[in-house]
Amino acid sequence: MSAAATDHSHVARHVRRIPRSGIRDFFDIVQSMSDVISLSIGEPDFVTPWHIREAAIYALEQGKTGYTSNLGTPALRRQIAAHVAARCGVQYDWQREILVSVGVSEALDMALRAIINPGDEVLYHEPCYVSYNPSIVLAHGVAVPITTHQSDNFTLRAADVERAITPRTRALMLNFPCNPTGAVLPRAEQEQIAALCVEHDLLVLTDEIYADLSYAGDLPSIVSVPGMRERTVYLNGFSKAYAMTGFRIGYACAPPELTEAMLRVHQYAMLCAPIVSQEAAAEALKNGAPAMRHMRDEYRRRRNFLMHHFNRLGLTCHEPQGAFYLFPNISATGLTSREFAVQLLEEKKVAAVPGDAFGPAGEGFVRCSYATAMEQLELAVERIADFVRGR
Amino acid sequence: MQEILDILEQDALATPEKIGQLLKLPAEEVRRRVRQLEEDKVIVGYKTIIDDDKADRQLVKALIEVKITPERDGGFNHLAARIAKYAEVKTCYLMSGGYDLLVIVEGADLRQVATFVSEKLATISGVLSTATHFMLKAYKEQGTLYQLEQFEERLKVSP
Repeated sequence: MSAAATDHSHVARHVRRIPRSGIRDFFDIVQSMSDVISLSIGEPDFVTPWHIREAAIYALEQGKTGYTSNLGTPALRRQIAAHVAARCGVQYDWQREILVSVGVSEALDMALRAIINPGDEVLYHEPCYVSYNPSIVLAHGVAVPITTHQSDNFTLRAADVERAITPRTRALMLNFPCNPTGAVLPRAEQEQIAALCVEHDLLVLTDEIYADLSYAGDLPSIVSVPGMRERTVYLNGFSKAYAMTGFRIGYACAPPELTEAMLRVHQYAMLCAPIVSQEAAAEALKNGAPAMRHMRDEYRRRRNFLMHHFNRLGLTCHEPQGAFYLFPNISATGLTSREFAVQLLEEKKVAAVPGDAFGPAGEGFVRCSYATAMEQLELAVERIADFVRGR
Repeated sequence: MQEILDILEQDALATPEKIGQLLKLPAEEVRRRVRQLEEDKVIVGYKTIIDDDKADRQLVKALIEVKITPERDGGFNHLAARIAKYAEVKTCYLMSGGYDLLVIVEGADLRQVATFVSEKLATISGVLSTATHFMLKAYKEQGTLYQLEQFEERLKVSP
C-alpha cells in the first residue's frame, strides 16, 4: 500500500495536493526527442547583453562575493525606485518600500506567505502562469481562479472579479501582459477592478514582469490608480526585458508595513539575492534600455510574422499586446490541447505547450513562444502548416 | 522606413514578402519603399560579410593613417575623394585627432599593399605622411562577430 493512500507519508498534505506541473510532463516527452523546434520556451532566446554580463564579471573581479543587505544593495534599490517612478508614475522610498528578490517567483511567494492566513481566498485569472495556483496553496491559501476568455482578448473583467469575491477573499493576483495569453488590462478595467478592491479591502499583487515587453506603448499599471498604492504589491524583474533569466533577480515594491512583512519571510528563507546578479541588474537599469528596445522590436516583428501565418492556417488568435507568446485557438482541428501538442511533436517535431498546462481555461489553445530565432520560426510555421492541413 | 532599414541591415536577403509579414505591410508596399530607398541612395548597396580566413582568401589588410594638407577651396574633400577612388582603398574616413584620413587598404600580399602605399598614396601631392598598420586578425566586422558565442542548449520547455 502506498504511503499516500495510508496518509503516513512524510510529505505534508497541502504539498501532496499540488499536482505535477503540466509543463513538466510535456518537458519529459520533448527531452526524449532530437531535432525538435521548440516554441515552448518561456525565456528570451537572446543572451544577456554583453555590458550587463561584463558588469557581473567586473563585480567578481572587484571581490563582490558577500551578502548584501536583506533588502538588496542600496544602489540597485535607488535605481529601481527611479525606474518604477518613471514607468508607473508611483514613488517608492528605496529604504523602506523596495525589496530585491530571487526572481519574481520568490517575490510572489514571499508576498503570498506574508499576507495569507490559512483559509484566505486569493483570486487569480486563468489561463495564467503555472505557479500562481500552487504558490497560493503552499501559503495555505485557497486559490480561486477567474476564467478569462478569447472573446475578451483574455483580459480580466471587473464583473467577473466581483462575482468571485466572498467575505474570505484576501487578495487578487494580476499578471498583465499575461503569460500565456499576451493579454493586457485596459485602464478602464483597471479602474473598475481597483474600485472593487477598495470596496472589499483586497490587496493586489501585480506581477508586471512583461511590462517592458509591450507592443502598444507604455502600459499603465494598476498601482497608479488613485487609492491603489497603499494596497498593492508591485512585482517586476529583469528576466524577460533584459534576457537575464539565469541571474534570478526580481523585486517587490509595497508600503512599509507590507515590505517589512515580506522581509521577514525573505530574510529567513533567502537572506538576500546574489550580489553578482544585483550588480548586473543595476547595470541593466542604468544602461540597458537600448538593448531592451532592440529585443522588444525584434519580438514584435516575430509576433507579426507568426500571427500572419497562424491566421492563414485558421488557428485564430487575438493579437497579443505584450510578452512573447501567441495563444492560438486550435479547437478547429477537433483535437484537445494535449492531443494537438503531442501529435504536433510526434509527427512534426514542433513543441508548443498545451493550453491546459495554464489551467482548465487554457483547454482548446496552445502556447507558442516567439522568443525563438526567426529561422526556427520559419521552419516551425512550415511544419505546423503541414500538420494542420493533414487534419 | 526605419524598420525596413533595420531589417535589411541585419539580413540583406530578407524578401519583401517576409518583411511585409514582420511589419504587417503588403509585400507590394515593401517593394515600393525599398525601391524608393534605393533610388534616394539611402540604400547604397547590398554586400556580404565574408570571413576571409575560412574562405581561404589570402588577403592582406592595412589601416593607414594619412596626414594631408587641406586645400584653400574644398578643404580635405578633394584629396580624400581622390584617394578613395583607388580600388585598393576599401574604406576612407576624415578623422579628428593626430592625423587626417583613416584609409583601409586591401591587397593580395604584403608587397602589394606596401607598393600601393609607397608608390601611389605617399606620392600624391598634398599627402604629408603615412603610417601603415597591418591587420593581424578580425574579431568583429560591421557588427557581426566572427567567432559566434557557444552556448549550452537552452531547455526545450520552460514555464
